Amino acid sequence: MRPDRTPWVLGAILAVLLVVGPFAPLWVVFPVTIAIAKGLVALGLMILLRCGLVSFGQALYYCIGAYTAGMLGRVFELDGVFTLMLAGMAVAAATAYVLGFLLARYRGIFFGLLSLAFSMIFYGLLVKSETLGSTDGFNVLPSTLFGIRPADEWVRYAVLAAASSVAFVAALLVHRYLRTPLGSLAPAIKDNEIRVEYMGASARYAIHVKYVIAAALAGLGGGLAATTVGHIDPEMAYWTVSGEFVFITILAGTGNVIAPFLGALIFEGIRNVAFAVSPNTWQMVLGGALLAVIVFLPNGLWSLFRRGRAA
Amino acid sequence: MQQLVAVVIDGIIYSAWLFVAAVGLTLIYGVMKILNVAHGSFYALGAYAAASIAGALLAGGMPPMLSYAVLLGAALLVAIVLGPLIERGILRFMYARDEVVILLITYALFLILEDVIKLIWGVDPYFIAEPYGLLGSFDVADLTYPYYNLILVGVAIACGAGLAWTLTRTKTGKLLLAVIHDTEVSRAMGINVGRFYMVTFTFGSLLAAIGGAFTAPTVSVVPGLGVEVIVLSFAVVVIGGLGSLPGAALGAVIVGLVRSATIHYLPQAELFVIYLVMAMVLAFRPRGLFMLAEARKI
Repeated sequence: MRPDRTPWVLGAILAVLLVVGPFAPLWVVFPVTIAIAKGLVALGLMILLRCGLVSFGQALYYCIGAYTAGMLGRVFELDGVFTLMLAGMAVAAATAYVLGFLLARYRGIFFGLLSLAFSMIFYGLLVKSETLGSTDGFNVLPSTLFGIRPADEWVRYAVLAAASSVAFVAALLVHRYLRTPLGSLAPAIKDNEIRVEYMGASARYAIHVKYVIAAALAGLGGGLAATTVGHIDPEMAYWTVSGEFVFITILAGTGNVIAPFLGALIFEGIRNVAFAVSPNTWQMVLGGALLAVIVFLPNGLWSLFRRGRAA
Repeated sequence: MQQLVAVVIDGIIYSAWLFVAAVGLTLIYGVMKILNVAHGSFYALGAYAAASIAGALLAGGMPPMLSYAVLLGAALLVAIVLGPLIERGILRFMYARDEVVILLITYALFLILEDVIKLIWGVDPYFIAEPYGLLGSFDVADLTYPYYNLILVGVAIACGAGLAWTLTRTKTGKLLLAVIHDTEVSRAMGINVGRFYMVTFTFGSLLAAIGGAFTAPTVSVVPGLGVEVIVLSFAVVVIGGLGSLPGAALGAVIVGLVRSATIHYLPQAELFVIYLVMAMVLAFRPRGLFMLAEARKI
């Protein structure tokens, strides 16, 4: 068996982000932080995709994470970046634990549609709740790091540093999880669920666990996005946002925990460049990219790194 | 009492609109097993084509009464140009893929078509109000409704009845049922399955375009028009059961009445109630009201 290089690569990426971050201009730091937030959501979707499930409602947990972070700031005046992210993660995971009892029974297109329905319910609730600013949403306070408020020019970097550290830990944990017996059940569930059950494992339980993990990661990403952007609104739960996350996951592929972050970075890159070059056709560029990946790289961009080896 | 009448009438009108917008989706899914996200784009394209063509012709002195035929013609134009192009050009190479992957392909098409609309028609809104006011209005229990709404209901009934008649009473319909039942055997018996797929996709897209074209006079046609229609029609067809024609009709009536009742009695719940119904139906009847649960494959 080949030595596992993934933790070292992850560590190297973290080191680069931490060292280069302070010198990078703002227009680089911001999209990279957003890409990390979206990469966390895509990391969760990847876990589900490995067992053949696609959730078209992951924006639900992204939005729950963001609103949890926002509400903590509004009601309790909490602004520690780690507190907000972890709170978003906890609330998202708790919600997923409850909904998971129902959703773990669904497969294929119906899993996607039911999760879509839940995210649209949350969207409908937020749009009509005037105390939370309806469609306008509300602003989130600038965050602090361990109770210290960084000087204005350092805020962005502080958030980036916090985000990349959290993403590093999350990616490492998921990497470990994928190698546990429960984690490695995924391809078996995708191939043939009844055989999994004849071996004595419960597919429903495994999917429930994966669903909660995916939601926790999405909540983490949502909390991070809230503190990075400084504003949240109900659109974060809309189906187009869920579509974006699925897009990133498919673009990246399920080969490795680094892939979702790479996918998110490329997605944000394509979008920002396409938007700057021709504001009216950026969706067309994204759609074309998605089509090309599905047709030419069925296993995502990550398969480019694995050429010549069995995927 | 008056409010109850309003609820029922609004509900019927909204149901009619929902049915026309969604029935093509269930048709395409029933035959091809494709959950078509680009359905909403066809709706938007129909609306844009109708608004711009009818608008130009009316400005050129066309008798206003002809505008209804123009709405239909615009929808036909959209479907006949784009339907075969998308099905033959892209989708037919993907049938071997997973349902979920094909759904993502239609999502990519949706993204592309959104910008095609912006490239052709720009980002300024289009208005075409003449057909809406042309027929005057009628009163029910002191409430005034434009006759145009009856056209919408008529279009819905015509689409539903026409589809049901074609499927059960004509040779084409029976061949199509054979294709749905077993594609491989149908092909072995000499049915041109590829052509059935192309016609079905075009016809399903036509229904979406008709929905858009006949809605155009009642709204301002702006970018992003089709985005909400996609999730709404998903909800409608899922409630009834994907691929079921009576299911789509029932789903449209349920969603239409529930939404109009909440708008009148509990406006705060207007948006989420539809998806709540969808989630409830899926929770208790995982494949929708008109579909039986499938046995698991070994």
